[in-house]
Amino acid sequence: MNDLISLNHGSGGKQTHELIKKVFVKKFGMTEPLTDSAILKEMGKTLVFTTDSYVIDPLFFPGGNIGKLAICGTVNDLAVSGAEPKYIAASFIIEEGFPVNDLVTIAESMADEATNAGVKIVTGDTKVVEKGKCDRLFITTSGTGILDYSQEHISTGKRIKPGDKLIINGPLGNHSIAVAGARNKLSFTTPVTSDCASLNHLIEGVLKSCKEIHFMRDLTRGGLAGVMNELAGMINSGIIADEASIPVDDPVRGVCEILGFDPLYLANEGKLLIVTSAEEAEKVLEILRSDALGAFSSIFGEIVPDKRNLVVLNTSVGGKRILDMPSGAQLPRIC
Amino acid sequence: MCLSIPAKIVSIDGSMAEVSVGGSLFKAGLHMIENAKVGDYILLHAGFAIQKISEEEAAETLKILKEISDTLNE
Amino acid sequence: MKFIDEYRDKDLIENLSSQINKSVIHDYTFMEVCGGHTAAIHRFGIPSLLSEKIRLISGPGCPVCVTGTDFIDKAVTYSEMEDVIITTFGDLVRVPGSASSLEKKRVKGADIRVVFSGLEALEIARANPDKKIIFLAIGFETTAPGTAVTVKQADKEDINNFFVLSAHKIMPPAMEAIVSEGVNIDGFICPGHVAAITGSSIFGFIPEKYKIGCVITGFEPTDLLQSILMLITQVNNSSPFVEIQYKRAVTVKGNTIAQKDLKEVFEPCDAIWRGFGVIPSSGLRLQNNYGKFNADIQVPVSIDYKEDDSRCICGEILRGMKTPEQCPLFANICVPENPVGACMVSNEGSCNTWYKYKIVR
Repeated sequence: MNDLISLNHGSGGKQTHELIKKVFVKKFGMTEPLTDSAILKEMGKTLVFTTDSYVIDPLFFPGGNIGKLAICGTVNDLAVSGAEPKYIAASFIIEEGFPVNDLVTIAESMADEATNAGVKIVTGDTKVVEKGKCDRLFITTSGTGILDYSQEHISTGKRIKPGDKLIINGPLGNHSIAVAGARNKLSFTTPVTSDCASLNHLIEGVLKSCKEIHFMRDLTRGGLAGVMNELAGMINSGIIADEASIPVDDPVRGVCEILGFDPLYLANEGKLLIVTSAEEAEKVLEILRSDALGAFSSIFGEIVPDKRNLVVLNTSVGGKRILDMPSGAQLPRIC
Repeated sequence: MCLSIPAKIVSIDGSMAEVSVGGSLFKAGLHMIENAKVGDYILLHAGFAIQKISEEEAAETLKILKEISDTLNE
Repeated sequence: MKFIDEYRDKDLIENLSSQINKSVIHDYTFMEVCGGHTAAIHRFGIPSLLSEKIRLISGPGCPVCVTGTDFIDKAVTYSEMEDVIITTFGDLVRVPGSASSLEKKRVKGADIRVVFSGLEALEIARANPDKKIIFLAIGFETTAPGTAVTVKQADKEDINNFFVLSAHKIMPPAMEAIVSEGVNIDGFICPGHVAAITGSSIFGFIPEKYKIGCVITGFEPTDLLQSILMLITQVNNSSPFVEIQYKRAVTVKGNTIAQKDLKEVFEPCDAIWRGFGVIPSSGLRLQNNYGKFNADIQVPVSIDYKEDDSRCICGEILRGMKTPEQCPLFANICVPENPVGACMVSNEGSCNTWYKYKIVR
């Protein structure tokens, strides 16, 4: 590992996992597999507990802002573990000179999104640092929720078996591309808006009617390809995915073609992967599609036995290629 | 090398154009292209239009591909 | 998306592949010299569509991967200067020099900005008159005209804090170096976007002198397959020549305006190719009358040039003579995180993919 932290350590790929394993898991004596939320058994109930920090440039982007993101992200981390999100703590690190009006707008978005998701923001903290000591505003949110014992297997995927189907709830890459466009450093403009959304009601609908949900994960850093690689390793199987069944909007495709990005590796803030039994897949799809947040859901892949844990993509033109674990952030290419 | 993608010219301002790929807009230098018009497709590479795309040749290539494809089905 | 999706039609591709596989009468090895082709072949999974008798190998056509360590070392040295802003295409940021990379320097606070074009670098120069803006100019004939236009623009506006560190290269000398040293290939899949600028004639010497067929190829799956079919037909008929598949963008003459810009601003020079060493007259440097924009002249730095590890067999791998496993450095000294030769630098390079799929897992 390099001596200094680089941006690659935050990109959700190989380097991120290496850092977490070598520094935190080891020092804190945590147990693997690492999931988005910790599952805690106290006082006769099963609680899930998660935390996430939000740093984003720009703070306001088409489809949301850092505040909305901070609620959705934590709600989604809880919801994909199968839990019902309940309470949120929010803490703010603010740079000296930050406009109070912007802070009010951001807080309003957080309140709206919390109402939307049905969670309560119950505690928080505020620190102000000297100019230059942070970039305008950082938010950390932590959340707890209650997990029904029948869903405890979801975050580790231990019930997954070969033949299980993979489902996503809509087109990939919109968040990444909307934010990159708004950042205006790569000099393109795009009609794309971030998919930033709380998915707990969508998930609740699925869990209520379907008994064979074997795994869920939100598709943030590292994108679908990153999550599929993690999953394949976690359950010691392979995955076959069908590119033609993975939706990507045209303006996102356009940016990806020009800059040499792969939408399967781009971050999303309102997308999740669901693994379900083959028998129940169509039913899950139907429920997802009946919700606006899942209108473009699609069954796109399957779990297969493979000790090498490869994720193989059947390309849209009929070929095959291996999807790697992402390594470092994607950089625009000319070649 | 040389990632270059067909893009449609949507507006022209002097030697610079705005071009669209799937609805996302990029800037393209027209310095190396003659008589570019709004609606033309150019190849965009590293911020410059490097060549106009010939509609006739594009159609011709597709025709040849379909012929090859059809021979197989005969 | 027009001019993209129609060339990705699955049925067309299936039929083209069958037609290719029907035309195969013995083994064929074709080399794509362009990194963009390598990427497209990988991305669409083209080899899985083809008969095992057809082998596709990757030549030296990724300008990033073949950029010499001397160039990266210079860029890294510049990035350490207080008053310098480095502007670069994203591709170069991770490429290691002999001791460091731009990415590692950025971690330590160097001002390194990723740009999409030379004009953006020039914009940064206008906005930061008290800084020296150094533009890392890489790329072949496709990219170099953009740098030429940018330099002419800087000259017109009399901008005096914009400097070009040129590692621009031209394709024919490298292809000649490959074929003249002996190579196991039956045909070249030639770079369509280089030819969009240069025209098709630059490849003429290959069939004439070396009796190897050349098809100038586009970057969509049907383009690649149609070209492979054209090359097989050339081989089967024993009639190698330069054929244009990518007619919608390539003519015999090419883009004469771009050629004129190139000639006006650049002149040929010897250049170092990672894994190959020096190839005579294969690089482009600024002409004397644009010397005020030449970083080498205006902001001179000295670096300890270290030759690449001589045990690296990148050149032979690129020529299709050896496989990565025959290299003594492979997977011990030379790994994706610390690559020696070009084939390990590129994500799609032979050594890199070999390492990922055949060794690690």
